[in-house]
Amino acid sequence: MTENIYWIPLLPLLGFLVNGLLLGKLPKRVVSLVACGTVGGSFLLSLMSFLELKAMPPDLRLIEQTLFSWISSGDFHVNFGFLLDPLSSLMILVVTGVGFLIHLYSVGYMSHDSGYGRYFAYLNLFTFSMLVLVLADNFLFMFVGWEGVGLCSYLLIGFWFEKKSASDAGKKAFIVNRIGDFGFLIGMFIIFWQVGSLDFMTVAAKAPEVFVAGGTLVTAACILLFVGAAGKSAQIPLYVWLPDAMEGPTPVSALIHAATMVTAGVYMIVRVNAMYILAPDALLVVAIVGGVTALFAATIGLVQNDIKRVLAYSTISQLGYMFLACGVAAFSAGIFHLMTHAFFKALLFLGAGSVIHAMSGQQDMRYMGGLRKYLPITFGTFFIATLAISGIPLMSGFFSKDEILWKAFSSDYGHPILWALGFITAGLTAFYMFRLLFLTFYGKERMDEKTKSHIHESPKFMTIPLMVLAVLAVVGGWIGMPHIFGVTNYFEAWLEPVISSAKPAVGVHMLTSAGGDTAMELMLMFSTVILVGLAIFAAFKIYNKRPEVADSLADRFKTPHNVLLHKYYVDEFYGAVIVRPLIYFSLFLWKIMDVLFIDGLLNGLAKLYEGISETMRSVQTGRLRSYATVFVIGVFILIAYAVIE
Amino acid sequence: MFGITHFLFIAVLLFGVGVTGVLISRNIIVLLMSVELMLNAANLAIIAFSRALNVMDGHAFVFLVLTVAAAEAAVGLAMVITIFNNRRSINIDKYSLLKW
Amino acid sequence: MIDTTAASIDFSIIAPEIALLAAAFIILVSVYNKKMRNLAPVIATAGLLVSLLIAIEQMGNPKTGFFGMVTCDDFTVVFKILFVISSLLILMFGRRYFVSKNIDRPEFYALLCISTMGMMVMASTTDLVVIFLGLEIMSVPLYVMAGMDKRSLESNEAGIKYLIMGAFASGFLLMGIAFIFGSSGTTDLRRIAADFQFIGENYQLYFNAGAVLTLVGFAFKVAAVPFHSWVPDVYQGAPTPVTAFFSVGPKAAGFAALLRIFNFGFEDMEFISDIFWMLAVLTMTVGNILALRQGNIKRMLAYSSIAHAGYILVAFAVGGSAAMSAAVFYLFAYGLFNLGSFAIITQLEIRSGCKSELSELSGLSKAHPYLSAALTVFMLALAGFPPTVGFIGKFYLFTAAIDGGFIWLTIIGVLNSFISVYYYLRVVKVSFLEKFEGTFVPVKYTPAMMAVLLITLAGTLGLGIFPEKLLEISRAAIFAFL
Repeated sequence: MTENIYWIPLLPLLGFLVNGLLLGKLPKRVVSLVACGTVGGSFLLSLMSFLELKAMPPDLRLIEQTLFSWISSGDFHVNFGFLLDPLSSLMILVVTGVGFLIHLYSVGYMSHDSGYGRYFAYLNLFTFSMLVLVLADNFLFMFVGWEGVGLCSYLLIGFWFEKKSASDAGKKAFIVNRIGDFGFLIGMFIIFWQVGSLDFMTVAAKAPEVFVAGGTLVTAACILLFVGAAGKSAQIPLYVWLPDAMEGPTPVSALIHAATMVTAGVYMIVRVNAMYILAPDALLVVAIVGGVTALFAATIGLVQNDIKRVLAYSTISQLGYMFLACGVAAFSAGIFHLMTHAFFKALLFLGAGSVIHAMSGQQDMRYMGGLRKYLPITFGTFFIATLAISGIPLMSGFFSKDEILWKAFSSDYGHPILWALGFITAGLTAFYMFRLLFLTFYGKERMDEKTKSHIHESPKFMTIPLMVLAVLAVVGGWIGMPHIFGVTNYFEAWLEPVISSAKPAVGVHMLTSAGGDTAMELMLMFSTVILVGLAIFAAFKIYNKRPEVADSLADRFKTPHNVLLHKYYVDEFYGAVIVRPLIYFSLFLWKIMDVLFIDGLLNGLAKLYEGISETMRSVQTGRLRSYATVFVIGVFILIAYAVIE
Repeated sequence: MFGITHFLFIAVLLFGVGVTGVLISRNIIVLLMSVELMLNAANLAIIAFSRALNVMDGHAFVFLVLTVAAAEAAVGLAMVITIFNNRRSINIDKYSLLKW
Repeated sequence: MIDTTAASIDFSIIAPEIALLAAAFIILVSVYNKKMRNLAPVIATAGLLVSLLIAIEQMGNPKTGFFGMVTCDDFTVVFKILFVISSLLILMFGRRYFVSKNIDRPEFYALLCISTMGMMVMASTTDLVVIFLGLEIMSVPLYVMAGMDKRSLESNEAGIKYLIMGAFASGFLLMGIAFIFGSSGTTDLRRIAADFQFIGENYQLYFNAGAVLTLVGFAFKVAAVPFHSWVPDVYQGAPTPVTAFFSVGPKAAGFAALLRIFNFGFEDMEFISDIFWMLAVLTMTVGNILALRQGNIKRMLAYSSIAHAGYILVAFAVGGSAAMSAAVFYLFAYGLFNLGSFAIITQLEIRSGCKSELSELSGLSKAHPYLSAALTVFMLALAGFPPTVGFIGKFYLFTAAIDGGFIWLTIIGVLNSFISVYYYLRVVKVSFLEKFEGTFVPVKYTPAMMAVLLITLAGTLGLGIFPEKLLEISRAAIFAFL
């Protein structure tokens, strides 16, 4: 199999061509068969090549395959080539595996949609682009996939273009991604200029010779690449497109958030980790942005009422974790979390899709509640995913998150403050996820009668992927158990060949790492678990028993007497001292920072350009004599310049 | 005796008159005449240079330019007739349907 | 090396031009015969095809003749092929439009041939006099073509504006040539490049002024800011196939002349590079920013063509063979996807009452899914997305720029091309992602239109994935005179 890697991306492309060219001419059954079959096929191929790779000795686990020379002029060569190594083999497994389940799920979810064929064509194209991105052996070819993913997300987010918000959201995703691409391209140009090649292997090999460790150029290149990564992977301040990207069909959100697009940035940084190791300042930037994003997004997640928006902010927050890991040079931990996150976040989104499906399109959690008994399978799987993302011990999220937190604390590039960011986020994550769970599946049934009469468990096509993902969300983390459990960390060992082992140059880093031993690690792990437990308890107290309590706190406190007599005194005290400030803070972040400031900044930029455009148009008066005047002025300026020179 | 600079001075002056004509005139016919003036100013410069360099290339070039100018004028006048038929005006400032 | 003084009157050198001229004459004579009138497009096509074949035959066999006035090297041939192909494509999709607007006159085809011939003349000489003549042979038919829809006020206006501005710019160009001639004693670029010496004092000044004025003359043709103001008006007012013609051939011819003059003739003039730098930045930025708010697709594409001229001017600022071959590559690439988008606009404008407003596109993806998919590909190519040839072109251009150390120019260029994505994607958005009520009047494809779309589409995607051959060709063109 490893001789024919190109079939892995090619299959979804074929699926796209078949479904795209025969648009509306194929029956739905054939469309879904083609779409799922091709992705399923490429999953099997990925699995085969993974196993073959595994059979090889660790040092030789590297297969490069050049299809043909793409650009070749002078000393400038770029190939259409694929690179299969431990990192990319893992990524294609996640992309095709989770992607396949989402395709299957879509068969049920989209069965009543009029754009069925179009939808699956886009979905296949999306998978293809992502596979190109992951398998590419050079920056330029990766950029092809990079742009392809962006374009497909634009089309898929705006899929239901009848909704104006949907097409606006598509536009926003596009603008933000352009800013990111700008960083990516300029970073790439700098690398080409200095190294003379865009090949990942060549760059990794030559980077230590070409660049001065900690030098300006390598730092600039890494930071520019990170701008690109931040655009794709929704980090501050380029995250604004992601919450809006919820406008697309729910399986699309699952695909974008979990398996594919947003992980591209993390993947890219790990791919060029050899360069990042040379630029400790850039790593610090990555770590800080990642950590702050994790906390920031988790805080905003606390007050969202739209079920998908909570998940969207949670994605941003979890991506922040991954960047935090990369920023402390714990690249394998970042990829580990990427993988476990793919499982449980896909599950959460698909579960949310199932809920929305059952609720006839209602997404507001304030009108849900008590769904547990109507949707047993959805509830069960969703519950597992919630446990996983919250980091309950032995679930997949626990291992990956714990490793990141430990590395943030102990790595050469780490710092207790970075750890603290992740630590607080872990608590917030557990809180908002359980809030989501309680509001949706427990408590009073708050929907109207008409919706209620329609509630039904989803068809098999939708529930089977849920169950598979639930299993993965539980066991997915077991391959990366920490050393202190007395087992080998298979995950880290697997990725070892692709992670640069270079030590940071002396004196270039400004942070002093805390270091730490096993006892410390256990203690930190323990404290995280306790924090998570407390957060869950708080969520349980507030949202399970009295979902309205948080909202009504303000009213109650007007008459202190009333409060003292109230039987929920403890709850409300707890709410007033901890939850209420948190919620106000969260609202502040959301309404002021997010909506007003960052969103406003980006919209303002677009408005500014349009304004300039509008003003400059008036120069083009339509009168010939004014054109001639502009012409003559131009001539005078040029002549003057020539004479002065 | 006149030197090359004198001829050049006249040529540049004529050219300037032509350019100014294009900038300030509203009448399309005058515009076309101003453009002709610019071409002829250039012709004068070429002839002067040719004489100063004592070569014949410039003289031949001028004849070619005259032909070109004639062709341009022919097309220009034909177009003026067409637009006059449609709009009853040869004021260039009135022709600003296309703008921004 | 080419013998610069070859006196031979060798008509085989100018055979492609002769073929076109012959076709034009036959058409003009046959206007008087009712039956022959309808044959005009066929005759023009035949002339262009013959010309194309002869041009291909000339590849790799550099010659010079007519007392050094005509040179035919690979550079010439590559550009000749570009001109003929673009004219052929326009012939193929233009007819139906003219018929539907009731302006199908045989003279158009003659003018097309003559204009194409003028471009060829521009590319096949190293003599400034002949370049000027070629420019005029090309331009005068263009003025007529812009105004050929006699009843349309817009077309009238486009014609007269183009004519006056064009003649105005010619005046500057001629003055420039006069000064160059006066200060160097020759109009042959090869002699200027080989054994240049000033004939008298003060002549450095004359020469610089001459170079700048010449530059202005061609900057007008390639639509560089601030000499661009005619472009949007003329593009919008002229009949759509004519606009398509304007945006490729004449522009490429202007760039061919610029390449010859400023990269071959006046190779080492520092300040010219600075001027190109300024022009490139201005042209890219103004073109893109003004395109942002346009509601008319033709006008939007006019500004976009200004912006693209700016990208090509980047190569001129950088200089050197890599940048120059990138410019040639870009001209080819731009010709392909730009003609493709104009073909689609022409196709849609055939519906009565359409004026190429952006809003007319809504509902396109429902009525014509394939056409809107093709439009998407062309827009992506214009915006420079992989894997289209537009991306390769830009990438090649900007790599050459950064290799030459022009970091800021590259950054400005990349930023600009990202701004441009906004308005190109608006076209895609309107045709795909916009709600549409009412019925979209569908249009029928003619086989010729189908062929044009397939050729341009195949070129845009195919050359994006296999750009090798075209890269070789554009390098060959540049090495012909280096």
